[in-house]
Amino acid sequence: MTPLSRPQMAWRAAQDLSDGGYVNLGIGLPTLVADHIPAGRELVFHSENGILGLGRAPAPNEVDPDLINAGKGAASLLPGGAFFHHNDAFLMIRGGHIDVALMGAFEVSERGDLANWTTEDPNFPPGVGGAMDLAVGAKEVRVLLEHTTRNGEPRIRKQCRYPLTAERCVRRIYTNLCVIDVTPEGLLVREMVEGMDLDGLQGLTEARLKLANDWQPLKVSL
Amino acid sequence: MINKQVAELAAALDGIKDGSTVLLGGFGAVGQPDELIDAMLEQGATDLTVVANNAGTGTRGLAGLIAAGRVRKIICSYPRSDDPRAFDAAYKAGRIELELTPQGTLSERMRCAAAGLGGFYSPVAVGTQLARDKEMREIDGRRYVLERPLKGDVALLKAQRADRWGNLTYRKSARNFNPVMAMAAGLSIVQVKEMVELGAIDPECVHTPGIFIDRIVVI
Repeated sequence: MTPLSRPQMAWRAAQDLSDGGYVNLGIGLPTLVADHIPAGRELVFHSENGILGLGRAPAPNEVDPDLINAGKGAASLLPGGAFFHHNDAFLMIRGGHIDVALMGAFEVSERGDLANWTTEDPNFPPGVGGAMDLAVGAKEVRVLLEHTTRNGEPRIRKQCRYPLTAERCVRRIYTNLCVIDVTPEGLLVREMVEGMDLDGLQGLTEARLKLANDWQPLKVSL
Repeated sequence: MINKQVAELAAALDGIKDGSTVLLGGFGAVGQPDELIDAMLEQGATDLTVVANNAGTGTRGLAGLIAAGRVRKIICSYPRSDDPRAFDAAYKAGRIELELTPQGTLSERMRCAAAGLGGFYSPVAVGTQLARDKEMREIDGRRYVLERPLKGDVALLKAQRADRWGNLTYRKSARNFNPVMAMAAGLSIVQVKEMVELGAIDPECVHTPGIFIDRIVVI
């Protein structure tokens, strides 16, 4: 059994983005998703700092100091892209105009609660940025996270231990081991990496899992 | 004749009082009025409440104001940006108060103040620590939290071009919080790269109309 690498997780999440979608990619792992969009699909990436039509990271000689993404890294704009101010950027987010928000997570609960803004570490002040706005406002929230912590503790839990970003907002979970949908009947495993079975996956997950009847091996062409 | 341009930074910042609420444009370093903020050190106002997306980077700008003990409170969405050493030190020492606000709520609270509204009900932060002690209301089956308007005594802003009436254009993602902060403060001060003649900015393409701007300084 080989867990997916981070680029492979991003590749898998990219396969589910439909042609013509307006998508917000979170900071960190979700940002990698932009590198794996299947050929022939046109997507418009939104950035909370007032951009639609975000392009690839620019070459060093093309960096513009006035053009950055939400992670404050150098960005580029595609032909057809647009700039606007913060209220419009968050109106798009909060008002349900973004089709998919792909976000990182510390933990997800079995009912789709998301925790990704603070670990309550007293050594660091908390920061929330646009996470709560995205979690509440996007038409669909999907998260990418390692299945367990570095110490092997489950991150998909009955209830989140960390403070919530939003309640009942996550629709689909991509981990390095599987793809899970959050449904009214609970967590439904759609795909697992080869060599993994439901018992093995359940042993790494606190929340109760069900296996979809039409589940598939999680295969990545990368 | 209207001419909002002033000759120097000191004139731009004249009259800002101790205890003011100061809105600072920018998202990270982009669109942030560094020279105006640095000049606040010399201007002298203290006991400030600062509203900004981040809490300063390195030693200059907002970080310099915080390190000098001039900021009593910061209202922001994400204090942990690049190299937040000044804020971290003040926070750990208990020398600065933090009001953490979701980013879209921050900009909408300012828009609300600018528009003369008494508040708004937002679905953001419902069921989280950041909605603690806030009034809740259910509207058409969805839960909302009451957010109050956020008005500045002063806004310090950065734009690309201005004319003497104060019409502004911004450049690329440097626009960010600047337009809403220009609208939400009693005294809006902007640093620009370039002054142009009246009429040189296409009226179809004015980002901030001059009614919101009080003083302009070219940097």
